[in-house]
Amino acid sequence: MSNSFQVVVCASVVPDPLQTLEPVTGPNGPALKNEMMLPAILDPWAAHALYEGANLVKQVAGSALWLVSMAPKAKLQQVMMTVAQKVPLQLVALDGPSSGFADAHQTATALAVAIRNIPGLDLPRLLLFGGWESASRSAGVTLQMVGDELGIVDQFQGVDAITPQDDGSFEVLERIEGARHQVSLCAGPPAVLGWATGSLGEPRNNPQVGMANMRTIMPALQRAVAATISSDGLQYANVTTPKQQRQTRIVKDVPADEIASELVQWIKQE
Amino acid sequence: MSTAEQIAIERATVEVDIACVGFGPAMGGFLTTLSRKLLNEDGSPALESKTMPGMPLQVICYERADDIGFGVSGVVTRARGIRASFPNLDPAQIPMATPVSGEKLVYLLDPIGASRRSRALRIGDRFFRTFRRLLRVEHDALELPFTPRFLHKKDGLVLSIGQFNQWVGAQLMSSGTVQVWPGMPVTEALIEDEKVLGVRLLDQGVDRRGNPDAGFAPGMDIHAALTVVGDGPVGAVSRDIDNRLGTPAGNEVREWAIGMKFVIELRPDVDLQPGTVIHTFGYPEPEMFGFLYIHPGHMASVGIFVPSWFDCPTRTAYRYLQHYIQHPYLWRYLDGGRLRSWGAKSLQESGKRGEPFLAGNGYARIGESSGSTNVLTGSGVDEAWTTGTLLAEGVIELLQTQIAFTRENLAQAYESRRRASWLEKEARIAEKSRDGFQRGVVTGLIGMALAAFSNGRLSLGSHPVKPCERLVSPAEYYGSKLTPQKISAIQQDCDVRGTSVHDSLMDRCGWPEIKHDGSLLVSHQDVLLMGGKVQAPAGYADHVVFRDVEVCRRCGSKLCVEMCSGQAITRSMEGAPNFDREKCIFCGACMWNCPETVQGQANLQFRAGAGGLHSAEN
Repeated sequence: MSNSFQVVVCASVVPDPLQTLEPVTGPNGPALKNEMMLPAILDPWAAHALYEGANLVKQVAGSALWLVSMAPKAKLQQVMMTVAQKVPLQLVALDGPSSGFADAHQTATALAVAIRNIPGLDLPRLLLFGGWESASRSAGVTLQMVGDELGIVDQFQGVDAITPQDDGSFEVLERIEGARHQVSLCAGPPAVLGWATGSLGEPRNNPQVGMANMRTIMPALQRAVAATISSDGLQYANVTTPKQQRQTRIVKDVPADEIASELVQWIKQE
Repeated sequence: MSTAEQIAIERATVEVDIACVGFGPAMGGFLTTLSRKLLNEDGSPALESKTMPGMPLQVICYERADDIGFGVSGVVTRARGIRASFPNLDPAQIPMATPVSGEKLVYLLDPIGASRRSRALRIGDRFFRTFRRLLRVEHDALELPFTPRFLHKKDGLVLSIGQFNQWVGAQLMSSGTVQVWPGMPVTEALIEDEKVLGVRLLDQGVDRRGNPDAGFAPGMDIHAALTVVGDGPVGAVSRDIDNRLGTPAGNEVREWAIGMKFVIELRPDVDLQPGTVIHTFGYPEPEMFGFLYIHPGHMASVGIFVPSWFDCPTRTAYRYLQHYIQHPYLWRYLDGGRLRSWGAKSLQESGKRGEPFLAGNGYARIGESSGSTNVLTGSGVDEAWTTGTLLAEGVIELLQTQIAFTRENLAQAYESRRRASWLEKEARIAEKSRDGFQRGVVTGLIGMALAAFSNGRLSLGSHPVKPCERLVSPAEYYGSKLTPQKISAIQQDCDVRGTSVHDSLMDRCGWPEIKHDGSLLVSHQDVLLMGGKVQAPAGYADHVVFRDVEVCRRCGSKLCVEMCSGQAITRSMEGAPNFDREKCIFCGACMWNCPETVQGQANLQFRAGAGGLHSAEN
């Protein structure tokens, strides 16, 4: 029996978190002001999952990696120009909202349908990867719902490492309270792994990887199916961004203790 | 020095058909035009790849910045070339784009009394103030009754160049025929026997000095039958080709400017119509031109140009921009607004006089670094776009007839198209229009008018000198207001504090302190993070290098520090200034401002690098 994995990474596209984000109420409910103008990135939590997935696929012969992403097509195109240079992948693109205000259940259903429709995907060998949180809504519920829709019962959240075993099982490290990890041994796929940060850095841009990816990514973008996500029945009582106050001072040669002390004083002023 | 280059390195090689350097308006024009001819209607290749037989032409564009929407220029353009490429263009499809709805040219008086004005201007200002009712001088400004025809942008567009680039990039990506790779800096051209064979990507995984470090990945060599260079006025590959293959006799870039701008969300009650274009001159210093463009959605681009003929040895843009927006004529619109974004870039202000060889064996040049900017009308985006479309037409012709990309063939296919275009005709009229500015602002304006109304036949004929050759010392420039001892004390104090001196000097010359409000008027450090951030990916070498520390130690002006748009270069007690890559926005001002030379080259080297400004609404 093959011990290979079929890794599917669910990753949304989010506005670059360092931009000025401002919630507004539009005709279709809450939205971010000028959202289509803001530079977009792959959700940082899901990006960790992507890099870990690519690393796993490289380690285990016969494995394959797909990236499933739903976002406005123009934004997906923009983000893929960078992401495609990182790791070898096959893209499954859905043309739909990525604002963070879309209904999580409907989003999960659309993603699950897209995953089921991946040609050649062996569902019993599926490892469903994603972020355990999201930079767009910080709820982290969509991935679990996708797993539920696909009938996957083994779900892990806050994952920092996966170690395949010779018998096809794998060990998972999950973050728990007290800065500790819970170690689980899973008999094998299918499973859902919501990643924390993992341990891999962002891969360097690689032109050869980019060129190889683009042969499949371009057609995938052109085939992107429009996902119907309705806002009917969904009401937001209140939407706010976290209270933030920026006081920037960039220093280079100040001891960490001194910086910490200054930060404490600053927080105490609040 | 043990650099990566001195160690035997095996580099991977990638073969493509056309390698492109830099994604801006020129490359947008080139790729848009080319991409439409690469596939037949049935999806089969119309132009087949030689590197991948059976596949369409492999066209790859490498861009330094981490995103193709990095551009930092609010733009008003007649958009003739852009509209020719998109005949059914609907500006509403491009964020922040709108048709020009009205234009004004405004002379700004100095409401503070700190501006350094010539006697002629002082007399003029007194005249305007005396007859303010008759001349309708309001808010310390005189709206000219007409805008000269050559400055008109009638039927044009107000654009955000960052948003426009993103929009063009999305169109290209959806075509599926060309690839654009951001975050992929090119360091040099591969040249053999005066033929450009392709380009070399920048080494990754090196330390600040370029020595191999953890995860060293030598930059790949990209081989291509044609290399298209459109990396802008301070692009590393353009300068590399100029240095190694030479430039046409007499052609040199001697005039520059730094353009810096804010994107501001206006107060809800400001009723300026989208598409409003206001150009100003006279303030904060007479040499500086300014602009206010109104985008849809209550957004405005406002900025200034600090030219190389502004002889101040501490020419800073940021502080002056903050004074500019507080001029009463503009402040009535901008007060209460919110700063959403900021950016700066160098502008090649020599126009046609700075034109390099447009093509050679295996390469062609497009865009601003090819001398396309019209220095009379002050427009460059549409001109750059048009150079790209003209090259694409020529390249398609050569590909269809299977003729090699030699110097002669490219001259016939591209250069001759350019010479026959409106671009060339207008560039010739503009060629000497800026000559008068070498002798003063009023003379400069007269020179512009002469060139414009005589169709370029008349000019004031003073050939410009290099910026560093006309630089005066701080003691000379500020001599009427500060003693040499006072200036020296300020410089020493700033050396110790590691700061630039322009703030201290301007404070003492009557410029009021900027009262930061945290919303529109913010510190120079805060603006680096406003609406975006500077990208400085790890594993790349410093791209600003000081060749001889002793030369820096002796340098009196430290102009690289004073004019640095991001405060990335700071004073140091140890000789060479400090350089912080995490603050560099790649404006390139340090490159053309370094007044010290070593063996005929500027002591400050501005090399290829990664990252730069990544701003939201530019």
